[in-house]
Amino acid sequence: MKKSISTIALLGMALVFGLSSTANAQSGRDYIYIVGSSTVYPFATVVAERFGRGTGFKTPKVESTGSGGGLKLFCDGIGVNFPDIANASRAIKQSEIDNCAAKGIDEIVEVKIGYDGIVIANSKKSALMHLTRKELFLALAKNVPSAKDGELRPNPYKLWSEIDPSLPATRIEVLGPPPTSGTRDAFVELAMDGGCQEIPSIKVLKSSNEALFKATCQTLREDGAFIEAGENDNLIVQKLEANPAALGIFGFSYLDQNMEKIQGASIDGVEPSFDAIADGSYPVSRPLFFYVKKAHVDLIPGLREYINEFTSEKAWGDEGYLSDRGLIPMPATERKSVGAAVRSLSPI
Amino acid sequence: MMNSNLGQTTRHRVEASLKRRYAKERRFKAAGIAATFTGLAFLAIFFVNLVSQGTSAFQQTMISLEINFDRTALAPDGDVDPNADYEAVVRDSLRSLFPDVTDRRERRQLSSLLSVSASYDVKDMLAADPTLLGSTQTVWLSASANVDMVIKGNINRDVPQDLRTVSDLQLLWIDELLAAGRLEKKFNTALFTNGDSREPELAGIRGALMGTFYMLLVTIALAFPLGVAAAIYLEEFAPRNRWSDLIEVNINNLAAVPSIVFGLLGLAVFINWMSLPRSAPLVGGLVLSLLTLPVIIIASRAAIQAVPPSIKEAAFGLGASRMQVVFHHVLPLAMPGMLTGAIIGMARSLGETAPLLMIGMVAFIVDVPGSVTDPATALPVQIYLWADSPERAFAERTSAAIIVLLAFLLLMNLAAVLMRKRFEKRW
Repeated sequence: MKKSISTIALLGMALVFGLSSTANAQSGRDYIYIVGSSTVYPFATVVAERFGRGTGFKTPKVESTGSGGGLKLFCDGIGVNFPDIANASRAIKQSEIDNCAAKGIDEIVEVKIGYDGIVIANSKKSALMHLTRKELFLALAKNVPSAKDGELRPNPYKLWSEIDPSLPATRIEVLGPPPTSGTRDAFVELAMDGGCQEIPSIKVLKSSNEALFKATCQTLREDGAFIEAGENDNLIVQKLEANPAALGIFGFSYLDQNMEKIQGASIDGVEPSFDAIADGSYPVSRPLFFYVKKAHVDLIPGLREYINEFTSEKAWGDEGYLSDRGLIPMPATERKSVGAAVRSLSPI
Repeated sequence: MMNSNLGQTTRHRVEASLKRRYAKERRFKAAGIAATFTGLAFLAIFFVNLVSQGTSAFQQTMISLEINFDRTALAPDGDVDPNADYEAVVRDSLRSLFPDVTDRRERRQLSSLLSVSASYDVKDMLAADPTLLGSTQTVWLSASANVDMVIKGNINRDVPQDLRTVSDLQLLWIDELLAAGRLEKKFNTALFTNGDSREPELAGIRGALMGTFYMLLVTIALAFPLGVAAAIYLEEFAPRNRWSDLIEVNINNLAAVPSIVFGLLGLAVFINWMSLPRSAPLVGGLVLSLLTLPVIIIASRAAIQAVPPSIKEAAFGLGASRMQVVFHHVLPLAMPGMLTGAIIGMARSLGETAPLLMIGMVAFIVDVPGSVTDPATALPVQIYLWADSPERAFAERTSAAIIVLLAFLLLMNLAAVLMRKRFEKRW
């Protein structure tokens, strides 16, 4: 027994340390390593899979880390231990470009892949909502200018009809993503900020007191009217079905897949549809990107081919397979110019 | 007189309270039964819900087509050409069933009834058996996830066309295929042989299962010997003083630390400092072994304590050294208990997701891992990723993956119980 126990122990140790030393010794990486936004994830994974199946290269590994987390990993350094591509549901920030530059990554190729709409939807069992961005701001901001004197006060609205008599007299109850989500960032920036600026008393703050302006426009209320429902958009769809009075905020692809159960509210008079987002008339839509480390293009096999696959007409085109998944394609002329820039790998 | 009087009153009081005390006991029993049944009822609801949603995923709709393995198209130079247009072969076969569909858009719709995997399946079939060249075979090929959902009743046919993912025309074709007996539900082998995929009909749990397997291998290889060694030392060799007390308290605390903390530790130590590869089952296993170590130490110490002192004393009395007593007598008797502890620890790590998030194992990985350093996910991570996918067909696959995970948990716990029953000694 003594012998067998110590042999097991020794074998176990040898196994683990042997393995870790081989892992340390591995120098090359023969697959592409992608990180970033959970909004781009469904599109990047489809391209990755087709790429892996259609070419001799290995299927890329795609990690869903959120836009900010992905760009942080991306900017950690150059080499096989660091990601080759970061997906983002917003453009890269100057601070992130600086972080990258500090680690020697000074050539980053930006690839815009298309658009994504953010929808505010409710169950088909209740009436279709017609909202404006201003109404959304008034319903969801933490502090709003009071109707009497225009001073900023904690949000008093409990029913939609208190904001505008044309809206239904139901309780304000909106399910949305948590602060870590890019969808939340984009919603705050496009819908809340946009609605905020339609109120003159706040708009003047933009030049006089920018910090207060930002805090007012971008802070969501915390008194239970806005409910953080987690990153899982499917769960929000299910909750909307169970509670017809509630509204939910999520990406267009989830509306697209569940059209028979839920309906998207019109924003500023435009209903969320494929065409309305594509031509830019639907106000709450954002561009999606991925960023490539130029230094890795010759280091990692297949990276150039992956970029070509993603920017090919059969992927991101009007009839491409990404549009079947809910990506809103760019206009043909824009696709052409972005595609040309990407093929020559011109850095930002 | 006084005494008997007193005796009578006591007895009287006891008898008087008897009914009340029995009633109290009955009430307590009723509450206990109610609590047990509430728990069981929730468990039953959970299982019924899971099984009713998940079992359909073990079947996949297939379409039978006559595939013509044409020599000129597939083997122009005599040998099978792997780059031939297999998609066209499959497409032509499907079109021949509906010769009156000529419009380009309608043809596209028709082709989308089949899974994208159909052409790869045909290619693999021919590669495996080149004698098929020149023949025409009836082949069952995967239907697309949308067709699968229609057959399983998960797409509502009654709503207007633009509100569902299947068009009226496609429904018509599906009905025609059904009537012709060309559409059938068959066992979903892809679920067990494929890695992850974004096409629901192609997505499988093999990659996640292998990832979990490699991870648990590393965990048991590391945590079991370390845990047993620590337990033996603490129980049999370590002096009892303030330091050993402190260590004991810390081990018990460690067992209660939230798992995400171990993930952060793993990220800092194994990936950033030791620069092991991200997303590898090796790192996952290292993190999970930290997580299971306290569980194994505690269980092993309890097992050692359960060995009767008389056995130890007898061995000492015969002149055995401390080392001999431990390895010849205590350890063999305590082993079943230690193994049970190890299996329960493994079962716990089987279900962990949170620490894996930090070390990059929550990722889309198609290729099935072949070693502990290949990128991999684990079964609970796969469940999480599928639960978050927009496509409807992933919902049932999520439940199916949960059923598989639960089956493994059940097996492991059963093994622990059986082992205890088989080897347990009573004194």
